Amino acid sequence: MTDSTPSAGTAAPKLRLGGDDGWGYAPAPESTDHVELRDRYGLFIDGEFVDAKGGRTFETANPATEEKIADVALASDADVDRAVAAARRAYEDVWSQLAPRERGKYVYRIARVLQERGRELAITESLDGGKPIRESRDVDIPLAAAHFFYYAGWADKLDYAFPGRGARSLGVAGQVIPWNFPLLMAAWKIAPAIAAGNTVVLKPAETTPLTALKLAEIIREAGVPPGVVNIVTGAGETGAAVVQHPDVDKVAFTGSTEVGKLIRRALAGSGKHYTLELGGKAANLVFEDAAVDQAVEGIVNGIFFNQGHVCCAGSRLLVQESVADEVISKLKDRMETLIVGDPLDKNTDIGAINSRAQLDRIEEYLEIGEAEGAEPFQTSCPVPERGYWCRPTLFLQASQSHRVVQEEIFGPVLAVQTFRTVDEGIAMANNTPYGLSGGVWSDKGAKAFRVTSRIRAGVLWANTYNKFDPTAPFGGYKESGIGREGGLAGLHAYLQPERAA
Amino acid sequence: MSTTAAPVESPPIDAVGVEERVARLCSRSIKKEAKLQALHLTLSMIDLTTLEGADSEGKVRQLCAKALQLHAALPDLPHVAAVCVYPALVGVAKRAVEGSGIHVASVATSFPAGQAPLEIKLLEVRKAVEAGADEVDMVISRGRFLAGDLAYTGDEIASVKEACADAHLKVILETGELGTLDAIRRASDLAMRSGADFIKTSTGKIKPAATMPVVLVMLEAIRDHYLRTGEKIGMKPAGGISTAKDAIRHLVMVRETLGQDWLDPDLYRFGASSLANDVLRQIVKQRSGIYQSFDDFSL
Repeated sequence: MTDSTPSAGTAAPKLRLGGDDGWGYAPAPESTDHVELRDRYGLFIDGEFVDAKGGRTFETANPATEEKIADVALASDADVDRAVAAARRAYEDVWSQLAPRERGKYVYRIARVLQERGRELAITESLDGGKPIRESRDVDIPLAAAHFFYYAGWADKLDYAFPGRGARSLGVAGQVIPWNFPLLMAAWKIAPAIAAGNTVVLKPAETTPLTALKLAEIIREAGVPPGVVNIVTGAGETGAAVVQHPDVDKVAFTGSTEVGKLIRRALAGSGKHYTLELGGKAANLVFEDAAVDQAVEGIVNGIFFNQGHVCCAGSRLLVQESVADEVISKLKDRMETLIVGDPLDKNTDIGAINSRAQLDRIEEYLEIGEAEGAEPFQTSCPVPERGYWCRPTLFLQASQSHRVVQEEIFGPVLAVQTFRTVDEGIAMANNTPYGLSGGVWSDKGAKAFRVTSRIRAGVLWANTYNKFDPTAPFGGYKESGIGREGGLAGLHAYLQPERAA
Repeated sequence: MSTTAAPVESPPIDAVGVEERVARLCSRSIKKEAKLQALHLTLSMIDLTTLEGADSEGKVRQLCAKALQLHAALPDLPHVAAVCVYPALVGVAKRAVEGSGIHVASVATSFPAGQAPLEIKLLEVRKAVEAGADEVDMVISRGRFLAGDLAYTGDEIASVKEACADAHLKVILETGELGTLDAIRRASDLAMRSGADFIKTSTGKIKPAATMPVVLVMLEAIRDHYLRTGEKIGMKPAGGISTAKDAIRHLVMVRETLGQDWLDPDLYRFGASSLANDVLRQIVKQRSGIYQSFDDFSL
């Protein structure tokens, strides 16, 4: 037998991947029996669940079914006032007076209860936000617990973390988080803040409030003193009230660059500390010497993880021309095996788009990309009739000037471009207003290090993608944000600046 | 005839990435009807094997009887793909399974070490085929391969293929001795270019044998060979696959790497001695809802 290209006239070899013919996977839904969800959720203020003043509420729904899950209290300015006042009292009277070791014990306790209730939290996260249970179970919840464990350890070691500066907390932190990793983002915000001795008013996203409210239950169960953590639910106005409240000492925001800019303007001259973790449009650079199959896996993980609702998603694929055909053809094959559908099914790879509004935004970009002349490719995977869905999508032949290359889509849409030389690849990767993350794929170690050091972004991965760890600082260059979360840098952001002795 | 004149160009393999992909494949959850189908498919892919120094005619007849009737209580089961024995016992096996559609496979080429002169290996192959072997499982010369003599290794495979005549050739790489996934990929490419009908992980005599990362790399080599040439090479993991759960994980990996065409005993085999009974036990469990004792299943 010799190697030869298939003779003319016969169809090119094609793999029979995905689809319904032959052996397929039966539905494997995670049971929701033991998950208790209430019809109504209140605000968590001063250790109690309370209604909003005036009793206003909003609905949170399951994006996979469009069915309402619960009514949630809508916090007004007056409610935010109450929450900040409770946080201030708790800070002055209790939390800042407590021995750091005792503070640490509470944070450890939260971490442990998070683990114990992991399955319930994973299911709730998937129900409320649409992400596949495989991810909420294996990524979101374990990482959230890991953040509490990690920062708990620092609580009584601040003088070792930052020697000689007499580490002092800031006071009351106002925190606003997005809907893409609801519990994990709450953990990123709350864990370092309270471990460092601050108290917190946290505003979860409007479409995904439930796991934050379950975290409130856990915090109460852990015996954390009332007022140390307060959770106020609502939409943008509630978030603005938290950020602008005069008695808030520190603002931590994760969300869009657009809102980040508004916050930065609003905070100018206020004397408040702030960290902003904003949008991204990361490049995944695949070189001709890369291990192709593993690179393809990294590309898939980079853009289709969490439906592409990831600020550090590898949403631009830059592939060296000499291997572009092979990489793209293998990528398409791999995409055919991705299963889109019921977030609670253990075999689902891509769940529901988080909301109608986000789906509209993604679909608008699908139109923009086509109008700009990029060539769309979508897989043939069936999607459910109800709910918000988007098949994994490529835009081939995309160009640097295209909006689908420059703007953050926040969905399972990958813009594909080619480059010829290392320098050109780096130039294209850096030609963006964002600078949050990036990926490099090469089997040559020296090249991987050299290229990653030349990409202007806060987080770089070589031969892997979307790896998160509480010990690693995370944050952006340029319009991707200011400050770092995670690691010691993330702890530093919740302490007073150095003083001269 | 040298089939390996062109150097084998194999892509680099990132071992960490392979392990991550395997972990993700292993997270697939196979339930109910899909599980039952997979169990039946697994049975039809088994090369029921005995490869011991102590193998006798009696032992081989016993093995063949099991191949012919896996579980008397479940008469509607598919039969296994083949029985696999040493060359000296091919005749016995052939007579025992005659007319059943079950193939007789024979290891050859001085299995398991392969440390014999080529003429002796070829003679052994011809004897096995003469005695009725439908399939020949050869071992590559790992020493020569690791020493960098790819041309020798490739030519040897081509010679064995010629000696096989109409019998199908499975090429055992003995992956546990090759050291890296890169070497396993190179050996896979070399074997396929030199005439292998199947590539096979292991003899079963060396550990580790058919680990998931190794099998994934071999499946990817088969896929790339197919996309390049249109030729479908089969895969046989052997050694270490003893539970239904392991086997189902393999099927998931095949489905998502090579697609439906390879979910077929003509292109995928399990080399195993104890897998069948665990699969049978799971089938009984799926049908009746209860696990039976292993003593309820014949050896």
